[in-house]
Amino acid sequence: MDLNTKYTPQSWPQHAENSTLEGKNKFVGFWLFLGGETTLFASLFATYLALKNKGPEGMEFTTQELYQLPLVFIMTMLLLTSSLTSVYAMYHMKNYNFKAMQAWLMITVLLGAAFLGFEIYEFNHYVHEGFNYSQSAFSSSFFTLVGTHGLHVLIGLGWFILLMLRNSKRGLNLYNAPKYYIASLYWHFIDVVWVFIFTVVYLMGVAG
Amino acid sequence: MSSIAQKKGFGATLWDYLTTVDHKKIAILYLVTGGFFFIVGGIEAMLIRIQLAKPDNDFVSAGLYNEIITMHGTTMIFLAAMPLIFAFMNAVVPLQIGARDVAFPFLNSLGFWMFFFGGIFLNLSWFLGGAPDAGWTSYASLSLASPGHGIDFYALGLQISGGGTLIAGINFLVTIINMRAPGMTYMRMPLFTWSTFVASALILFAFPPLTVGLFLMIFDRMFDANFFDHTMGGNTVIWEHLFWIFGHPEVYILILPMFGVFSEIFATFSRKRLFGYSAMVFATVLIGFLGFMVWAHHMFTTGLGATANAIFAVATMAIAVPTGVKIFNWLLTMWGGSIKFTTAMLYAVAFIPMFVIGGVTGVMQASAPLDYQLHDSYFIVAHFHYVIVGGTVLGLLAGLHFYWPLMFNTMLDETLGKITFWLFLIGFNLTFFIQHFLGLLGMPRRVFTYGADQGWDLFNLISSFGAIFMAVAVTILLINIVKTIAQNKAVGRDPWGDGRTLEWAIPQPVPFYNFKQTPLVRGLDTFWIEKQEGNKEGMTYAEPVGDIHMPHNSFIPFVMAFGLFVGAFGALYNGEQAWAVPVLILGLLITFLSMGTRSLKDDLGYHIHKEDLMDKKGGKH
Ligand code: HEM
Ligand SMILES: [Cu+2]
Repeated sequence: MDLNTKYTPQSWPQHAENSTLEGKNKFVGFWLFLGGETTLFASLFATYLALKNKGPEGMEFTTQELYQLPLVFIMTMLLLTSSLTSVYAMYHMKNYNFKAMQAWLMITVLLGAAFLGFEIYEFNHYVHEGFNYSQSAFSSSFFTLVGTHGLHVLIGLGWFILLMLRNSKRGLNLYNAPKYYIASLYWHFIDVVWVFIFTVVYLMGVAG
Repeated sequence: MSSIAQKKGFGATLWDYLTTVDHKKIAILYLVTGGFFFIVGGIEAMLIRIQLAKPDNDFVSAGLYNEIITMHGTTMIFLAAMPLIFAFMNAVVPLQIGARDVAFPFLNSLGFWMFFFGGIFLNLSWFLGGAPDAGWTSYASLSLASPGHGIDFYALGLQISGGGTLIAGINFLVTIINMRAPGMTYMRMPLFTWSTFVASALILFAFPPLTVGLFLMIFDRMFDANFFDHTMGGNTVIWEHLFWIFGHPEVYILILPMFGVFSEIFATFSRKRLFGYSAMVFATVLIGFLGFMVWAHHMFTTGLGATANAIFAVATMAIAVPTGVKIFNWLLTMWGGSIKFTTAMLYAVAFIPMFVIGGVTGVMQASAPLDYQLHDSYFIVAHFHYVIVGGTVLGLLAGLHFYWPLMFNTMLDETLGKITFWLFLIGFNLTFFIQHFLGLLGMPRRVFTYGADQGWDLFNLISSFGAIFMAVAVTILLINIVKTIAQNKAVGRDPWGDGRTLEWAIPQPVPFYNFKQTPLVRGLDTFWIEKQEGNKEGMTYAEPVGDIHMPHNSFIPFVMAFGLFVGAFGALYNGEQAWAVPVLILGLLITFLSMGTRSLKDDLGYHIHKEDLMDKKGGKH
């Protein structure tokens, strides 16, 4: 593989993300990794469901009182939109349009950062109400599940930013195209997990 | 690096191994480290048997006894059996599928070093205030109450080495999916490759629940979380579920690859095609699948209710069906074959009755009502040693003799090998068969001593006596290894004369790039086919000689794993020592900076040029 090969949108392979063996390996390996991540989150969800609303004698915190759907709704919209913008970025990757790809990734990162900002606000708010990490089994399982997701968002942001900085001068090639691609896969995965958190934690918490 | 003529200094060799990304050398690293931990775990086992040899013994205290059994189990499963299995997977699978290396050589090295440092970290607990003492299952109600740092060593050490295992699992999956030589369809893959594939899939889905369980335990112990504390609404049974959702697949991770090794050995030394190949593949996949549906058979007495117990009992019994399919296929492979009783074959033949005994007791335990009697008694100890020693360890010993010439181009002494075999087999049965009856007589597992009036003296003495045989057997094995290395007599390609699959077709010593030309696989047992047709080279090629792309060696995996090791000390002493937080940050910095170096510095590898390959030496490094 040669980093210096120059491509045009016409000569750029249709599936740049897996047109080399290294790319193909990354592609398959990352899908498998996401399979493992799925069981990781499944375990956290199960733990949360088992411990939801459980606490020491006379605990007053319940899902109904705690969660505020409007805030979570905004967060959901931010993250869903950021998934869409990362699709645009990959669309431009496929068309060998480096600048547009970086730009859309930039927007993705901003949306993701906004999401994270809201999440920090939310956590902070709970802690101030007395619902801190060691307050109850409920609080521990809530912060661990949602916090693990938040950590994934943070890692995803860092990953995007490093990729964009590292490649800003040299543009796309068959070595970094798979990297962009799997980073965006990761981002979609995070988004899907959030959809489950939104449903299982927040919606079922308030309505169920 | 490839030629034996080159003699290198100790320093250069050490550096080579610290930085290697070559699957063949990583295999040797796994073999040596796993072998070391096997000895450590073995010594712990001897201490257990000394303590139990007579009633009311005070050879070790109750507390120390708990530490010893915990470390024995944990070491044997995570630090001996699994790495030794990885040793064979690394040594054999890429060659068996006609690949030049695994899919991610760098990650392969990282996986090894994470296992290495995780294992060291766990064992340092002996010197730093005491080892974990809540059993290898570390049930939360015990472990949360355990004073000192033992449990923290357990949780953090397994977390690090478990990460390495997960990496190795993904690596083998991708290797097998993407890197098979042309013609090697899924249904032409040798059974060792198939079983590696399925075991890796089990690793992928079983280790994350353990990761979560360990994190919850770490959080409970270190950050005052309340997952397992019922006064705060927590529930200790959650740990049991998470642990066994991992734990039961884990026992199949331990046995399936050995099923693969035995399948290769039966076919090779019966000089016959494996009987029922497709049924074998199907059974392997089915066992892997069912392995995820049965975890609650470890929790029959927890109180999950009759319905849950019934479902898990039936699911557990169902696994006996594909397992039986395999047993019959092995028997029928030998049927009518022209059998050669090498040491490896002896192990394989002995494995069948041993594993059947373990399987039968397994099905007994699977009937939930009976398990109320058997649970937590020595019957369970007998069961799992029949499957793990009678299955996995016999498989590892068989594999050691069988694949030794492939890895080192020399052959272990067959006479010494057979002596080891008989001593080990006799000792194993002496030690563990009688434990079934100890269990039925009511002796609970994990007790540090028993009274003289309980009627368990004689059986325990016999059991301890048997252990001596196994210790002698392993000692002879070590002598055998030293002798073989000292004599260093090269045996060349296809040393058994009856190799059937690609790994035996390759010249010895194996060139560092494995295959000069990618082979074309023309059927199941492709080497056998070529030999039958009189092909002297043993391979048909899929491509002309061309440049070969190779990855660079790298020290980064070592440093990354070392960073986690350092950081773990910080995490462990957090809140107790002033230096804890700085050390934690330092460790993570080491890891993340080396990770950063890795991703910022493009490492595209290098090419061995065609011209270098053409001259006889097979290219220089
Ligand atoms: C036919 C196949 C098998 C069946 C039906 C079976 C069934 C069981 C059951 C029901 C238990 C729980 C007993 C109790 O604690 O009360 C058990 C324990 C155990 N089995 Fe098996 N088993 C089978 C094969 C295996 C294999 C292949 C391995 C490992 C290679 C294995 C390793 C273990 C271990 C390590 C334990 C004890 C764990 C502990 O409590 O420390 N089993 N088995
Ligand atoms: Cu089990």
